[in-house]
Amino acid sequence: MKNLINDLFGKKNRARTISFLMVIFAYILIEVLTKSIRMSRLFTSLLVPTCCYIILGLSLNLVVGFSGELSLGHAGFMAIGAFTAVCVSGLTSSVITNETLRLMLAVFVGGILSGLFGLIISVPVLKLSGDYLAIVTLAFGQIIKSLITNIYLGFDADSMQFSFVTNELNLNNGKMLLSGPMGATDTAKISNFTSGFVLILITLFIIYSLIDSRYGRAIMAARDNRIAAESIGINISRTKTLAFAISAVLAGLAGALYALNYSTLQPAKFDFNTSILVLVYVVFGGLGNINGTIVATTVLYILPELLRFLKDYRMLIYAIVLIVVMEITNSEKMKQFFDKGKNSIFKKGEDA
Amino acid sequence: MTFLTYLISGLALGSVYAIIALGYTMVYGIAKMLNFAHGDIIMAGGYVAFFAFTKFGLGPFMSILLSVIVSTILGVVIERLAYRPLRQASSLSVLITAIGVSYFLQNTAQLLFGADTKIFPALLTEKSFTLFDGQLTISYLTIITIVTCIIIMIGLTTFINKTKIGKAMRACAEDKGAAQLMGINIDTTISITFAIGSGLAAIAAVLLCSTYPSLSPTLGSMPGIKAFTAAVFGGIGSIPGALLGGLLLGIIENLTKAYLSTQLSDAIVFAVLIVVLLIKPTGLLGKKENVKV
Repeated sequence: MKNLINDLFGKKNRARTISFLMVIFAYILIEVLTKSIRMSRLFTSLLVPTCCYIILGLSLNLVVGFSGELSLGHAGFMAIGAFTAVCVSGLTSSVITNETLRLMLAVFVGGILSGLFGLIISVPVLKLSGDYLAIVTLAFGQIIKSLITNIYLGFDADSMQFSFVTNELNLNNGKMLLSGPMGATDTAKISNFTSGFVLILITLFIIYSLIDSRYGRAIMAARDNRIAAESIGINISRTKTLAFAISAVLAGLAGALYALNYSTLQPAKFDFNTSILVLVYVVFGGLGNINGTIVATTVLYILPELLRFLKDYRMLIYAIVLIVVMEITNSEKMKQFFDKGKNSIFKKGEDA
Repeated sequence: MTFLTYLISGLALGSVYAIIALGYTMVYGIAKMLNFAHGDIIMAGGYVAFFAFTKFGLGPFMSILLSVIVSTILGVVIERLAYRPLRQASSLSVLITAIGVSYFLQNTAQLLFGADTKIFPALLTEKSFTLFDGQLTISYLTIITIVTCIIIMIGLTTFINKTKIGKAMRACAEDKGAAQLMGINIDTTISITFAIGSGLAAIAAVLLCSTYPSLSPTLGSMPGIKAFTAAVFGGIGSIPGALLGGLLLGIIENLTKAYLSTQLSDAIVFAVLIVVLLIKPTGLLGKKENVKV
């Protein structure tokens, strides 16, 4: 028993245990609350998107925090996952009637396809460094959004039809899967909070397994000192590609879950602003800090909704909160204060 | 002839991008930060010119001057309040702050002026002239835009190379610590950089709004991203690079819109950027920095 506690809450695994406990506890609490008292529609409607953004935040943290590369195009991967899932779900709706099974399939395919794109994109992206790398991810994000905006895909009893740029589909009583700038329309809403919860657990498992492994240590070594890591035989481009591809898979999962939560979804949703939004969550939570990302995403995603009573002023307040928090966390006085506190309470401080 | 028409209008669009990109590239070169709020200074400049002209009845020249002055002050104030306390912070914190400033400006504009699109008046000129027996029509606005860009480029290059402040800016871009040891006031230099960049943004705003006469709180975001792309395209931190990147981006965008596809023009522009960066990883005129162990 004592061994188990030591194992779970020891220095090595403490962050991991806290992550899982926090997520499971939050899930049980919310489930109990929604079952026992009637929660507002606004509250329940926020559950699945919050899960999606948590997964997306974790995914971006893998690239920005652990791999140390700034990505400004993660909404692109989310979009690939989202619209793939919509297509898969739409195509198989008559074959697989079980919604959970269909959701699993759609999310899986969405994640895999997004991961493949991540793998392809990582080849040119990782040839660059610093701000040039960031702008190329931004460019890829824009390209993906722009391409999806021009895809028309539909099917009827006889065939599946596809056209690009202009809608030339000639469906005989069929169903449109993607209709250009309109995106996905009339999607079956099969996502639910439990699936979001399970996906967060899977994401946490993947990320913790990765960063505790040999590959994860290589990723962080490459971030901390590229030349030193290279000189001890770490293949930099391979480790960075690994982080980037896994991050793309996770972003795809998030997108798939997100898309199947709404009956309509437009590609314009996945623009530069969405990428930036998630980056804000990650930086707020702390680079390389997984628990921080989860908490920051939840708070910052729900904050604008809580500020609804401020009406037109809410985004203004949100902006001010962003700036003020950045100023405070970076001011010398606050740093000294926190360092002092850290030393006295935790002795060692955080090593994440 | 139609090709020439597209080329010239692309050159005009590119000139606007180049003027905006100058703001990005100067700030990046000296303060080493991506100022994502730069696009929203364009928006602010556009609104000031709009209200000065339509509501206060100022003449075109005075409207533009007022717009430049207000934007310059805005840029300096933003730098002073939001960015200066973060001089020692990580670049990501500064980036997030810049995003916060961008949200702040957009939402302030929305509260003050409403979310609806306003029609920008013909501040400069609506006239045009024809060449080659009426085959080629060029508006004076196009000429004004291109000439403004050339004047700004020459002026700025002279300023940076010949004046004392310009020298200080180059020194800061090279090595901030060493510059400080030589008695250069870093804070003032960075403030001046922001002032110049924001003033240029206001000029770009007037040119942009005259060409595409609609004004909204999110006006600056897309030209902002494009100009940022242009700055990287030419090699961020390099002033001739911003000009080259801006012009090329404008021409490519206009030609793809004309000959390939309007819907895909953004995708193609960004694809070209990626290809250029793969061939030349620091942009067309960027300097490669060697990392020493």
